[in-house]
Amino acid sequence: MSARIVKPGAIGQPFSRVDGRLKVTGKATFAAEYKVENVAHGALVFSQIARGKIKNIETSAARNAPGVILVLTHENAPEMKKTPVFGSDSEEMGAASSSILYLNTDEVYFNGQPVAVVVAETLEQAEHAATLVAVEYEEKQAKLILQAEKPDAVLPEHIPGEPSDLKQGDAEGALAEALYKVDNIYTTPPFNHNAIELHATLAEWSEDEKSLTVYDSTQYVIGVQEMLAKKFSLRKENVRVIGSFVGGGFGGKGNAWAHVSLTVAAAKVVKRPVKLVLSREGVHLSVGGRTPTEQRVALAANDVGKLTALIHTGFTQTTEHNNFAEQFTFPARHLYKSENIWLRQEMVHLDIVPNTFMRAPGESPGTFALESAIDELAHEMGIDPIELRARNEPDRDPVKDLPFSMRNIKEAYRVGAEMFGWSKRHAAPRTMRDGRFLIGCGVATAFYPAYQFPAAARVEIHADGTAIAQSAMHEMGMGSATAQAQNLADELGLSFEQVRFEYGDSNFPYAPVAGGSNSTISVGAAVKAACDDAKKKIHGLVGEDDASPLKGTRFDEVEFREGGIYRRDDATKGETFHAILRRFEEDKIEGEGEAAPGAESEKYSMGSYGALFCEVRVDEETGEVRVSRFLGVYDCGKIINPKTASSQWRGGITMGIGMALTEEALFDVRKGRIVNPSLAEYHLPVNLDVPNIEIHFLDIPDPLTPMGAHGVGEIGITGVAAAVANAVFNATGKRIRDLPITLDKLL
Amino acid sequence: MKNFAYARAQDADTAVQLITQNQNAKFLSGGTNLVDLMRENIEQPDHLIDVTGLPLAQVEELPGGGVSIGALVRNSHLAANQIIRERYPVLSQAILMGASAQIRNMATTGGNLMQRTRCYYFYDTDARCNKREPGTGCDALEGFNRIHAILGASDDCIATHPSDMCVALAALDATVHVTGTGVERTIPIVEFHRLPEDTPQIDTNLQPDELITSVELPALPFARNSMYRKVRDRASYAFALVSVAAALEVEDGTIKNVRLALGGVAHKPWRATEAEKVLTGAKADEEIFKRAAAEELKAARGYKHNSFKIELAERTIVSVLKTLASEGGAR
Amino acid sequence: MSRKPKQKAHIEFTLNGETAEVAFAPHKTLLEVLREDLNLTGTKHGCELGECGTCTVLVDRKPILSCLMLGLDVEGREVTTVEGMNEGAQLHPLQETFADTGAAQCGYCTPGFLLVAKELLTKNPNPTREEIKEALSGNLCRCTGYIKIYEAVELAAAKMRGESVELPKESVYGYE
Repeated sequence: MSARIVKPGAIGQPFSRVDGRLKVTGKATFAAEYKVENVAHGALVFSQIARGKIKNIETSAARNAPGVILVLTHENAPEMKKTPVFGSDSEEMGAASSSILYLNTDEVYFNGQPVAVVVAETLEQAEHAATLVAVEYEEKQAKLILQAEKPDAVLPEHIPGEPSDLKQGDAEGALAEALYKVDNIYTTPPFNHNAIELHATLAEWSEDEKSLTVYDSTQYVIGVQEMLAKKFSLRKENVRVIGSFVGGGFGGKGNAWAHVSLTVAAAKVVKRPVKLVLSREGVHLSVGGRTPTEQRVALAANDVGKLTALIHTGFTQTTEHNNFAEQFTFPARHLYKSENIWLRQEMVHLDIVPNTFMRAPGESPGTFALESAIDELAHEMGIDPIELRARNEPDRDPVKDLPFSMRNIKEAYRVGAEMFGWSKRHAAPRTMRDGRFLIGCGVATAFYPAYQFPAAARVEIHADGTAIAQSAMHEMGMGSATAQAQNLADELGLSFEQVRFEYGDSNFPYAPVAGGSNSTISVGAAVKAACDDAKKKIHGLVGEDDASPLKGTRFDEVEFREGGIYRRDDATKGETFHAILRRFEEDKIEGEGEAAPGAESEKYSMGSYGALFCEVRVDEETGEVRVSRFLGVYDCGKIINPKTASSQWRGGITMGIGMALTEEALFDVRKGRIVNPSLAEYHLPVNLDVPNIEIHFLDIPDPLTPMGAHGVGEIGITGVAAAVANAVFNATGKRIRDLPITLDKLL
Repeated sequence: MKNFAYARAQDADTAVQLITQNQNAKFLSGGTNLVDLMRENIEQPDHLIDVTGLPLAQVEELPGGGVSIGALVRNSHLAANQIIRERYPVLSQAILMGASAQIRNMATTGGNLMQRTRCYYFYDTDARCNKREPGTGCDALEGFNRIHAILGASDDCIATHPSDMCVALAALDATVHVTGTGVERTIPIVEFHRLPEDTPQIDTNLQPDELITSVELPALPFARNSMYRKVRDRASYAFALVSVAAALEVEDGTIKNVRLALGGVAHKPWRATEAEKVLTGAKADEEIFKRAAAEELKAARGYKHNSFKIELAERTIVSVLKTLASEGGAR
Repeated sequence: MSRKPKQKAHIEFTLNGETAEVAFAPHKTLLEVLREDLNLTGTKHGCELGECGTCTVLVDRKPILSCLMLGLDVEGREVTTVEGMNEGAQLHPLQETFADTGAAQCGYCTPGFLLVAKELLTKNPNPTREEIKEALSGNLCRCTGYIKIYEAVELAAAKMRGESVELPKESVYGYE
C-alpha cells in the first residue's frame, strides 16, 4: 500500500461538504426555487419534424385556454442576436449551444426544436396550452442516419486542441504484417446526462428593461451572462446570472440551451418574471446529449506483446450549427507506446439536437473501444491483460513526445490487483460459476487529461479573523466549494471553520465553465493569487508599522498561520489579523487575483489515470448482467478532500455501469425523434444495479499543478464500460462491442 | 394538464351515477397511471370521480378458502398481506417486483387492472398510435419495438400490458367483480383485458359506466408453491421484458396441477393454456418444460427488435418450472 | 356533485405537524401545491411522471410521489415534507448522517431519499443493507452511486438505537 500524505492543513482532510446541512433540510435553493413575486410559468412547444419550415403556427386555441398570458412564436418574439457558440473557433468562449436563432427563424433544424413558448398562470395550464398549439410545416429532406452520411463526413480542423488525423509511421502496414492482431468496430449509442434536477430558468427584468436577473441551472454563469447581454443588447454588468445550487450537471448544463434565452424573451414580453422548467421529455428533446460513436480499433503486437500498430479511427455525429467533436481518440494518444500509430476522427452532420459534452467527452466512449481491444489482444496472445498493459507503458507521451508530469499507472494496477484478488481470476472464459450465474472479472484503464483554464477570484480577510473568497465557480455536487474552502484556509493560515467560499454568481470574478474537471485547479490557482495579494497587503501594513513585532520583515520572512502573521525565524513574534485590522481601524483587507496555466505545463503531458477492476454475474438462463464488485484505484494527484472525491469517483463509475449495461437514448431515424425521453424508459442505474464500489487513491501530488491536485469529476466514468465488457467476456466468452450490453445480446 | 371538475363519491352507487351523468368522466383512485397520463395530456378527462373514499379496502377470506381483495386495497397492503404471502406467493412477489415502494403505496388493485401500455409511441403525442388516436396507424410496427408484444398482436397494435400483478392474477384464475348501472357482474381475469385486434383503443371489457369493486381469488391450495420471475433491463424500477407467473403441483414425479401466465409479451396478461395442456399429467422434467414452453410460443411472432423475447420467454418458463419442481412441487 | 371546473379549490390538512389551509387551482398536483402555493421547495421535481422518486413526501406516514397525487387528495390527511424532519435546529439523525457521509451530493434527490429512509427506520429500526436497498429502490440518484446513502441510513439507524457510531473509514478516506 502506498503511504498516505497527510499535511497538517485542511487540504487532504475529509471535511464534510459545506452545504450538506442546507441540502438535508430542503433549504438549498435551486434555480426554480427563488422566491420572486408574481411569477408566470412557461412551457415549450417542440417541433414535430426534423427539417423544414414553419408554414403556419396556429395559437388561438392556446391563447384562449384558461390561464394563458402569452404564446410566443417566431412571429411575435423579440429579436435575440446571434452569439458565439460554445467551443466554436471565435475569440470568445460562447455559451450558446448552437447558432440556431430560436424563435427568430421559421426554419426547423431538428425534431424537438422549441418553436413556441406558452406562458400561463400555472405550470399545468402552460403545459396543457402548449399541446393546443398547432404547427404546419413545409418538410424538407432530413439527414438523420450516421451510416448514410459517412461518405460526406468531414475531418474537423482539430478536435479540442489536437489534430484530428495523426499518423506516426505506417500503422496499416505494420498491422498487415503482424503476428498478433485484433481489428474491430465498437459502437456506443447516444446518451443523455439526465441530471435529476430538470433544467430551469427564472428570469426577471427591471422595470426600465435595462437590467436583468436570471436564476439558471447552469455550469457556466459567466457564459450565460455574456450570451444574454449580447442577445438582448444589454450592458454586461446589467445582467446578473445566479446559479448557486445546481442539481447535477455532467455537462448537460454547460451550454445555454434554447429555453434560457426564450424564458428571458417571454419575461420581457409579458413584463413579469417567468419561470420555465423543462419537462423530462423537454430535456431529452431540446438539450443535446453525447453523440453515438462508431470506432475502429486495431492493435498489432510482436511475439513479446509489444505493440507494433495502434489504430483508432471512427465517426461521431454533430450538426451544421454547433460542431462538437467527441474526442474519442484522446486516450489512444497517451496510454500506450506503439511503433506505429494512426488516429483519425471524422464527423457527420445531421439534423439533430446539437450534441454536447457529457462527463469525459471522448475519453468515455474512447476508453470503451481501446480498453476492450487491449483485452481482446491479451486474450488472443494468452497474456494477462495487466501484464500486456505494463509491457506497453510509455516512458514519454507517445504522440507529444513530452515527459509526463506524473504517471503511476503501474502502481495503481499493482495495488488494485492485490486489493481485488486478481490472481484468483481464471483467464479462460466461462470457467467461473455460482449456480446459474456465470462469473467473470475484467480490468481496464481510466484516463482523463488534467486541464487548467484562466480564472479569477477575490478574497476578504475580516477583522473578526474570518475570511471569504468569491469566484463565479460552480458547484453541482462535485464538492468544489468545500475543496476551495480547504484551499483558502490553508492559504491564509485559518481553520476550515473560519472561511467561506462563495460561487455561482456572475457578479463574482470570472470563472470558466465547470467542465473538463478544471475547476479545482483553475479556481484553486486564482484563490491562491488572491490570497497572495491580500497577504501582501496585510504585510504591507505591519512591515512598516512601529507598533508591530513584524516591523522590518520582508514578505518571505513571515508565514501565515493560526489567524495571523508570524516571523518564520521566531514563532513568538507575530500578531493576529484581528489585532492588525483593529489597530488600523479597517473592517477587512481585500485581495484579488487571476491565474492561468503556466508555460511549464506546455512542456509536460498532464493526465490522470486509474486502474479499474470489475466482477460481473451473468444469469446464464436470461442473459441478465449484474456488476457484483467494482474497484477503482486512482492516480489523480493530491486529493484535496478524500470524502467528496470518493463520491465523485463512485458516481462516475455508476454512470459508467449505466453506459455499459442500461443507458441508451433511442433515436427513431424515421422522424429524428428520441422515443424514450423519460426516466422510466431511459434506464439510469438504480441502486440495485450498483455493487459496493471500492475506491482507493494513490495521493501522489503532481508537482506542476496548484496544490498538486487534479480534478476528479470526469475520470470516474472512463474505462468503466470496458472493464464491464471485459468481465462479461470472461464470464460468458461473448465479446460485446456494441453498448449497452443488454440481455438480448447474451442469449 | 387540462383542468377538470372533481367530485368525491362515498359509495359505489353514487360513483356509477356520477360517471353516467358526466361526459368524458374517469374514476380516480391511486392516480399513479391516470395522473401521469393527464400530465402528458394523453388522458384529458373533463370530470374526475374520486373513488378512494369507497369502503373497498379490505382483504377478506371467503368460505371455501378463496380470498376477496377490495378494489381499493393498495398494492403495498396486498403484497404484505399474510394470507396472500402464504397461499398465493406469486401474487405478492409480482406486486413487489412492480414499480417502486412509493407507487405501490398509492396504486390500488382496481387501478392496477386499468393500467395502460408503456409503448413509446403511445406516450409520444406526436407519433402515430391507434391506441391513443384510432385510425392514425402504429409507429411501433416499424419503429423501436424491443419492448413490444410477441403474442396476440395485430397490425394495428403491438403494445404490451405493463402490469405484473395482473400476470399473477391470470395464473391464479382470479375473477373481477364489477358494478354498473343497476347490474353487478363478474369477469374472469383472462377475459378482462383484450387483445388489440382492430380496436386497440379499448384495453378491457369493462364498460364505461362500470366500477371494479373487488378481485376474487379462488381456493387454489397448490398455489402455495408458486412464484413470479421478472426479466428486465435493470434490477428494479423497470417494466418486464418477459415475466412468468406459475404455480405447480407435482405428485410422484407427475405434474398434477399447473398454472402458467406470461407478462411483457402481449396486449394482455397471457395465460399459457397450451403449455398447461402439455404439462398436465406429464412427468415433471426439464424436457417436458421445454416442450411446453415451445408449444406456447409456437404462435409467437417477433418484430425487428423483439424476436429475442421468444427464446427469453421459453427459457424463463423452463427456469421457473424447474425451480418450482425442485423447491416444493415434488411432494 | 361534479359540475364545472372550479377556479380554486380550498383544502385543509396537516402539514409537518401543523394545520394548513391552502387554495389552489384544482388541477395542481400535490408537488406543485407544496412548491408554488406553500413555498416548500424542499420537495423536488425530477420527472413529474412517477419515474424518479425525487418528489417523495409522506402522506399519512407513507412515502408517496407528490407528482402523481392531486393536491385535492390530501384534504384532511397528514403530510410530511423534508422541512418537517428536523425539530428546529435539531436535525433528524438521518439528516445528520446524510450531511456527514456526503450522501447528499448535489442534494437534489436527497429529500426524497430522506423521507423514504425515515419511514423505513420507523418500521424497521435495524434494517439490513439489502432491506435498505429494497426500500430505496424507487429513488434515483445520478451523483453518488448510492453507497454513501446506504451508509448514512445504517449510521442513522444505529444512532437511533442509541449505539455509538462513527463513519466507516472507507467512506472517509477511500479503501485502505
